[in-house]
Amino acid sequence: MTRGSPYAPHTEAETAAMLDAVDADGEESLFDIPEDVRFDGEFGIDARGERELRTELSRTFAKNADLTEFLGRGHHGHYVPALVDDISRRSEFLTSYTQYQPEITQGFLQVLFEYQSLLVELTGLPVANCSMYDAATALAEAARLSNRVRRVSGTRILVPKTLHAGKRSVLDNYVSGTDLTVETYPMDDGNVDVDALGDAVGEDVSMVYAENPTVRGAVEERLSEIGDVADEAGALFCLGTDIVALGLLEEPASVGADVVVGEADALGMPTAYGMGLGLFATRESFLRQVPGRLVGASEDAGGKRAYTLTLQTREQHIRKERATSNICTNQAWVALRTAMHVAYLGPDGLVDLAKRCVTDAESLAAALNDLKGVKAPVHDRHHFREFVAHTDQPAEAIASDLEAEGFAVHVVGEHELQVCVTDLNARKTEELVAAFEEVL
Amino acid sequence: MNYDQARYSRDDQYEPLLAEKNAARVEIDEDDSPLPAELTRDSVELPDLSEPELARHYTRLSQMNWSVESGPYPLGSCTMKYNPSFTEDVAADPNAAVHPDRSAGSVQGSLELLCDLQDYLARIGGMDAVTLQPPAGAAGEFAGILVAKAYHEANGNDRHEVVVPASAHGTNFASAAMAGYDVVELPSDEDGRVDVDALDAALSEDTAALMLTNPNTVGLFERDIVDIAEMVHDVGGLLYYDGANLNALLGRARPGDMGFDIMHYNVHKTFATPHGGGGPGAGPVGVVEELAPYLPSPRVRETGGNYELFDPEESIGKVHGYQGNWFVLVKAYAYIARLGDTGLADASAKAVLNANYLASQIDYEVPYEPFHHEFAATAGDRDAADVAKRMLDYGVHPPTTKWPEFVPEAMLTEPTEIENRDSLDDLAHAFNAAMADSDEELENAPSKTTARRIDQVTAAREPRLSWRALDSDESEE
Repeated sequence: MTRGSPYAPHTEAETAAMLDAVDADGEESLFDIPEDVRFDGEFGIDARGERELRTELSRTFAKNADLTEFLGRGHHGHYVPALVDDISRRSEFLTSYTQYQPEITQGFLQVLFEYQSLLVELTGLPVANCSMYDAATALAEAARLSNRVRRVSGTRILVPKTLHAGKRSVLDNYVSGTDLTVETYPMDDGNVDVDALGDAVGEDVSMVYAENPTVRGAVEERLSEIGDVADEAGALFCLGTDIVALGLLEEPASVGADVVVGEADALGMPTAYGMGLGLFATRESFLRQVPGRLVGASEDAGGKRAYTLTLQTREQHIRKERATSNICTNQAWVALRTAMHVAYLGPDGLVDLAKRCVTDAESLAAALNDLKGVKAPVHDRHHFREFVAHTDQPAEAIASDLEAEGFAVHVVGEHELQVCVTDLNARKTEELVAAFEEVL
Repeated sequence: MNYDQARYSRDDQYEPLLAEKNAARVEIDEDDSPLPAELTRDSVELPDLSEPELARHYTRLSQMNWSVESGPYPLGSCTMKYNPSFTEDVAADPNAAVHPDRSAGSVQGSLELLCDLQDYLARIGGMDAVTLQPPAGAAGEFAGILVAKAYHEANGNDRHEVVVPASAHGTNFASAAMAGYDVVELPSDEDGRVDVDALDAALSEDTAALMLTNPNTVGLFERDIVDIAEMVHDVGGLLYYDGANLNALLGRARPGDMGFDIMHYNVHKTFATPHGGGGPGAGPVGVVEELAPYLPSPRVRETGGNYELFDPEESIGKVHGYQGNWFVLVKAYAYIARLGDTGLADASAKAVLNANYLASQIDYEVPYEPFHHEFAATAGDRDAADVAKRMLDYGVHPPTTKWPEFVPEAMLTEPTEIENRDSLDDLAHAFNAAMADSDEELENAPSKTTARRIDQVTAAREPRLSWRALDSDESEE
């Protein structure tokens, strides 16, 4: 390809005529760049044809081992219906941008309004934004929100000792420019140690964070009490969850959650090497402190209902350094896919999928528990999608042997493996158990 | 060109909401629930539609949405360029969708692509090391400023200010403030560039960094950049490059060569990955050698043909739960490789030519020049927002309006390289025709779009943010 960019449509004659129209000798003369910082254009990147690149990249990706993944820890893949892939890729959705001109972007605005509405239904909280990057940044934004809400005076954020390392690191970075500090509280057999949490809180606590299900897959049994502990201390109760879990587990609003965060991309996206969709919902009283974008309903000049971005005075393009967050480009298209997937499932489909997350994990744990040298699950709790298994032999060695057999599982301790089952790999659980038997 | 956008409507609204079409409540019955009742919710109420109904609903919504593939979309500073179809197919490769906790040995293909992309971006920016983790430009700014902060702290420097030109993107201010810095706003010179005297006054031992966009937000190249870099470095500060306008420079100049120490790349702008209605983007960060140890973890490297993740020695930690917006990065790699050296340079040349040609065809004053890929026209005594609404009726998406603030009634226009002369002429016609229309025509615009002028004041005064909020309104009536 010597012609230049394949996506710049100019013919030579056109270029010449346009240069003429602007009274320029050549393209280079349009660049007002001093000689001492001019670059010669030699990056050393060879242009390739489209077909060549498709072949190259499919060969590159084929170097990824073909493993059946039993991986989760907060990042989950479920089967995505073909409808979602097909219609979300319509170019009117894919190649549009933020709805700065609402009259001509009603389609996407309505999609985002519907996404917000679905989160309101599922969390029971009245306000949801229309997407953050992922669960980790959503948690971090919640911590910063707790610092802005006036009735909360504290500076300590309490998180479970088992908090996912990635989330903890992001949280630490997001609070590094504030007076907030992050501390952990202990867990008790896979659930929050509510007594220890009670001892840890005080009036200097800004936010208490708990998860349901936990990162180890346990269903939290005393959520309302955790909410009460936070409330009594005047702290916000932030609950981490995911969009499938919301279909079955206790409704966040009913257990006193002030903010709900988590992954929404468990629906709508493949596992995507960690690409996410942060869900964020909260109370009405915090509306003006919410980070990110909001779509609201209004009317057009003809009196018909229409949608628009709203409350933009919170956002960075207007409020600059006093904005509630720096987020601008978000995950809107991922939110579209998630909303479509939820709508595809409908209430029966979502509840059924969530129930299967409990029953499939239970049966797999039971099957592994039958093997000599394995105790599963290690926590005497109900589980959602995933659980931790204790192994007599070193967990690293087992995981590595399982990989050789074509299966990926997490190592979470010297003698602890974590296994996650969803509708994607549920048909392969018998093979996984057989592979376990093989390598033990 | 005239334009009529699709409009599906019923009664007092356009396409009804999912929940208005059909919804159902499912009770969670203890008898067939795998969990005890006290651990479950009582019920779930959601839209309940068949697949054909959904296909129609979303297709209709798509037809009520403008996109790059619908026509010109010259939003200044957003770089709305064509998104090649083949990059979607590449990203959809089933082998590309892997869990982020897989062992390095089992995802050599993914790591190879990331490693090569780090390398491409380093070459394009003239930087020594790149991280791909930040999931958007603003996240890249935040990561970059944290890197600067970590560097200063490691060197025992207590600095608390970041200097940002008044014309910079709002994200610059917000990102610096999030990192805990006081923001010092720098006024523009009369000719639209950094006021070097004001900069001199703003810089001190307290300066952690200066954040610059070059070319700036009215498309002007900061000609004094080498001196500016020296001034910042002389007080011990770092120079940060906002990559939003990198499309103007590809193959002509590199931030690293100009003296920038840190930069972010907006791959969804410069490297043509779809903006997706507001995201996802990706905001990789490049730095000079001295700052590489502080980059977020993990990064990717290759040793003896093996790819692995590693944590830089003095890493700030993470700014995203995992490795960033993977699919966006794949598309950016494919785009860069498709264009190569000649294509990247040509994209830039045509983007600059298009901006200049368009500006020459419109009857608007363009106060600042010589501009590159974007220019700020002024609507003079007309309201830029009204002119923009009227432009919609002429079949184009209008430019960014009322920004930057120092240009009165600004219309910040960036046609990008993808428009040919005919479509630039259509754009010019829309600009000129709207300006020639009466006040009444402007105030009543748009009329050919799905919705007519939307009341944004009421939307903000009485926020209704979900269909539940609409229900409760109706029940009050």
